[in-house]
Amino acid sequence: MDTQRRRFLKSGLVTGLLGLAASVGLLIPRLVWAAWPSSAFQSKTLFGALQPLFGSGSVNLTPADEDITLTVTDLAENGAVVPVTVSSRLPNVESITLLVDKNPNSLVAQFKLAKNTQAYIKTNIKMAETSKVYAVVKSGDKLYSTNKKVKVTLGGCGN
Amino acid sequence: MSDKIKIRATLEGDVTTVKSQIIHPMDTGLFKDSKGVPIPAWFIQEVKVEHNGNPILEAVWGIAISKNPYMAFTFTGGKKGDAIKLSWVDSKGGTDSIETTIG
Repeated sequence: MDTQRRRFLKSGLVTGLLGLAASVGLLIPRLVWAAWPSSAFQSKTLFGALQPLFGSGSVNLTPADEDITLTVTDLAENGAVVPVTVSSRLPNVESITLLVDKNPNSLVAQFKLAKNTQAYIKTNIKMAETSKVYAVVKSGDKLYSTNKKVKVTLGGCGN
Repeated sequence: MSDKIKIRATLEGDVTTVKSQIIHPMDTGLFKDSKGVPIPAWFIQEVKVEHNGNPILEAVWGIAISKNPYMAFTFTGGKKGDAIKLSWVDSKGGTDSIETTIG
């Protein structure tokens, strides 16, 4: 009986140490500038992604096909690498957000721009299937958007 | 200095163009390897670019940025020889950075 009790105490001690190690691991400071918006990135819908990014109230997108230029192919043979360019002539652009309607998670990326950074971003994105690509531009206190449908021959949300 | 980030900053008139490519798998967590074992998500989440120490671009990325991410953008007010620094953090807490000068 006594040895069993010892073993029990020992195992309890080990578990306690593991628990302590785990919590210490969580406390190690990570290099973070702004909190990565996990709820936005986990959302499966456009508005579910935009809500946590742009905060309070309902998210209103003003169509701005004239003022935002979204350059992306009509037909992507390889969904793993789809080049996208967004530029805008709107004033005081604070951020450019890219979304793909039918990806497993709609939000692709958000780029926050300093005052002297121009409203222009070029990058490569993944598309799982044929979908609309959305560019959302924050100018002043308003959100403007445009979109373009891209037909995807070979989906590639992974590689 | 990282050998897994390529960056170039060039001045034309008053506009500096910064072009960058980071070598990173950007695994989505949605795929399996050839043996059917799930490949865990591993992707860059945050990217920051500074001009002479001042942030000029801060990005948050998800799994849908392509493998070996490419990013280009432009800003005004840079001069030849100014410092440009790009740094990133990924979903495993990994981090890397590179510095260059405007040419």
